[in-house]
Amino acid sequence: MTAAVDNLATPAERPLARRFRLADPSMILWLAMIAILVFLILSPMVRLIVSSFQEPETGRLTLSNYAEAYGHARHLQALWNTLVFGAGVAVLAVIFGVPLAWAISRTDMPAKGFIRLMVFGAFIIPPYLGAIGWILLAGPNAGWLNKVWMALTGAESGLFNVYSMSGLIVVVAVTSFPYVFVFTAAALDLVSSEMEDAANILGAGTVRTTFRVTLPLVLPAIVGGLIISFLEAIALFGAPALIALPARFQVVSTQLWQFFEYPVRVEQAAAYAMPLLLITIFMFWLQRSVLGRRGYTTVSGKGGERRIIKLGPWRFVMLGYALFVCALAVFLPMLVLTQAAFAKAWGRGFSLDNLSLQNFHYILFEQTQAQNAIVNTFVYSGITAFAAIALSLAIAYVVTRKLVPWSNVLAFLCMAPFVIPGIVLAIGFYAAYAPPPLALYGTATILILAYTTRFLPIAYTSSAAGMRSINPEMEEAVRILGGGRLLAIRKVLAPLLKRNLAGAWILVFIPATRELSSAIFLVGPNTRVISVMLFDLSEEGNFEVLSALGMILLVATLIIAAVGFKAIGRDFMVRSS
Amino acid sequence: MSKLVLRGIEKRYGEVTAVAGIDLELREGEFVSLLGPSGCGKTTTLRMIAGFIEPTAGIIEMNGLMLSSPSGVLPPEKRQMSMIFQSYAVWPNMTVEQNVAFGLELRKLPREEVRRRVGQILEVVHMGHLAARYPAELSGGQQQRVALARAIVIQPQVLLLDEPLSNLDANLREEMRFEIRRLHDEFRITTVYVTHDQAEAMVTSDRIAVMNQGRIEQVADPHTLYNRPKTRFVAGFIGRTNFIEGDSTGDRIEFGSFALPRSVLDGAPASGKVTVSVRPQSMRLSRAQPGNGQPQVAVTIAERAYLGEFWDYVVAPANGAMKLRVTTPPLEIYQVGESAWLAFDPKQMTPIT
Repeated sequence: MTAAVDNLATPAERPLARRFRLADPSMILWLAMIAILVFLILSPMVRLIVSSFQEPETGRLTLSNYAEAYGHARHLQALWNTLVFGAGVAVLAVIFGVPLAWAISRTDMPAKGFIRLMVFGAFIIPPYLGAIGWILLAGPNAGWLNKVWMALTGAESGLFNVYSMSGLIVVVAVTSFPYVFVFTAAALDLVSSEMEDAANILGAGTVRTTFRVTLPLVLPAIVGGLIISFLEAIALFGAPALIALPARFQVVSTQLWQFFEYPVRVEQAAAYAMPLLLITIFMFWLQRSVLGRRGYTTVSGKGGERRIIKLGPWRFVMLGYALFVCALAVFLPMLVLTQAAFAKAWGRGFSLDNLSLQNFHYILFEQTQAQNAIVNTFVYSGITAFAAIALSLAIAYVVTRKLVPWSNVLAFLCMAPFVIPGIVLAIGFYAAYAPPPLALYGTATILILAYTTRFLPIAYTSSAAGMRSINPEMEEAVRILGGGRLLAIRKVLAPLLKRNLAGAWILVFIPATRELSSAIFLVGPNTRVISVMLFDLSEEGNFEVLSALGMILLVATLIIAAVGFKAIGRDFMVRSS
Repeated sequence: MSKLVLRGIEKRYGEVTAVAGIDLELREGEFVSLLGPSGCGKTTTLRMIAGFIEPTAGIIEMNGLMLSSPSGVLPPEKRQMSMIFQSYAVWPNMTVEQNVAFGLELRKLPREEVRRRVGQILEVVHMGHLAARYPAELSGGQQQRVALARAIVIQPQVLLLDEPLSNLDANLREEMRFEIRRLHDEFRITTVYVTHDQAEAMVTSDRIAVMNQGRIEQVADPHTLYNRPKTRFVAGFIGRTNFIEGDSTGDRIEFGSFALPRSVLDGAPASGKVTVSVRPQSMRLSRAQPGNGQPQVAVTIAERAYLGEFWDYVVAPANGAMKLRVTTPPLEIYQVGESAWLAFDPKQMTPIT
């Protein structure tokens, strides 16, 4: 018997045990994690704020950056433009998103599955690609819609001009309405028909019930989606740069870009980025308090059957509207982008002799820059996804198991990048790590670090949800049988989390492949990625090659998303929002 | 020598004291239950024995060797115990066989030996035919058996069970109680069993430690615990009971309509108030007055309910004392409002503190 327990500590060995506890491994772990998070999140943000108060050369404290950043009428105008732009996008996203969500969740509109698929399509089309599509559609004279209009009416000039504030708003709204859709549909799916029956029995018709009962019940969700659309819009760089610059107006993101033209004025950019950061933090706080409000608890997921509202002939009107929105978001831009990708010259139209694979051949076999960009994009995104998941999983483990004191600090830091617009994050990274001693500017490292930071909240949300779903007793059972923590992680935790982590990997990988707003500030000549290359091609006006490259990106995204759907189930994309 | 010793074990979370100083000793091969209402600290105590929670004070020893003291704590994987969890914690990514073999493989036993022992223990828990199944393909009771096999197969120094039957339905729970006791009789593993169900504890245990508010109120075998409860809490928690108040006058204890010699009530104080626990089935209800000086009181039937196996009466003593609960066999029928006599059996009355 004693032989079997000889590795137990005897009372005489107590001093040894005491020494062991002083070098508590959990403290070392905590310090390591804190160090990584400080490096990724806190340091760039602090650097951003500090440098906004510093003189460029001497590093002395000054307010001159703010004076310079806000001292010009056009800079203030750009701020105002951003607010108008964001508000316009948000309102239009609600006009597009809410009826579709209602129709799909509550009515007998036909072709629901197809519309749902198209909304998902709108979700995965990067906004800058949509913008290119709309430039081809609604360019002042050469755009397809304008050509059709002129041909039909014999008018001298086109009807639409995408190079305008309203053009920009429409183009971005059609890519961001899925946020409103997803929020609203999720909430509507939880409203019991009994709520509507109660109004019906008192004599209210379908229309009155919908506007007085159903929609008010999901109002918090609509507002939540509206806020997300607003924030997505104001943080956007690609679409505004493609449309606002030729239209000769600025928004905050494009103005920030101007600060980075030679001579680079990081300090002023930092000062000018503050409103974007503060508005985002404030709006997320607002969204949480709106969504978290009590009194709307009928949307609790329990109780009551759900019946479909019969629209009668109106269901085709509803379908028409849904198809119209999908046309703006997906069909039309994709049609013209596909045409351009396979065309010798996109302006020559849809004829067979204009058909060519030359653009793809050029990208894939002739132009090394494009090849590099494609390889870079997928390599960086892949590494980012692994890094973000490894880090967030380690932190989620420590937080859910409460292995260290102050573990909530770790969780908070992981989620913090959620409220930092990509463009602001990029400026922070530039300020912190571009200068010596690290001098990371133009390296793959700085891009991967910035991506990892940017998408850490997505990875953390998935990891933490996965960890919470696993009963700690699963692990304790390993340990009481004699296995250590690491063995428990390897033999039990990892196999159980496999699907979860695969989903999280895709959720990080997809947005990383299309990330533009942080990449544009951090890429160097050898680290260009597809999104940046697309942006450069549009400045050259080479829309055919651009479209072909965009196609490659989209097809790759679709394949990965499809693999994800198959392996992990339909809802994995939705969970992130 | 005691197998497992807990001395002054205490666990505080800030201001809250979960376990407030526990002393307990288990002999080799003994089966002891920690019984108490939720929040009494029984699970915390068990997890301190396992090593998942560090005590804030006190020591734990096994085979005379220190497992846990304020200066150092051995992690669970070094304690050579095994445990059955409330959720069973059967790993869903492994088959029944792999689950059971896990602990043996960790001990680096030869492959053949592992196979032999796993096969053997699966037969013992009647799971041999399901060895290749995954846990998701098993019922709750079957998962429970896998958990038992996995814990026993390594022949642990101490087996710990944390409310293992609380997730099973009533019939299965009754079956598994006897199963657990059968396995204990077969393997004689020193066992600590946490439960809030007194029947479970009474079926399985050699001794029961009744816990309340972080303390052990009484440790005893089931028979003693039921018939000689020491505290009001134990008397009320184990089975149903009545409390009657008496006054001690030195030699005798006065209960209003009758009195008993103090020597009959073992442990009653020599003066002051005495509270006595009287079980409902230890009293006799009768229409005729009981003879030969039996302790008795005239009562009126206040309420009644028929529960199939017995009648449950609430009777009001004529002298205005507190109402009492009495049970009788099914054929002894009284109407509400009827007068009757209630006779006490001093051997089944216990003074409590």
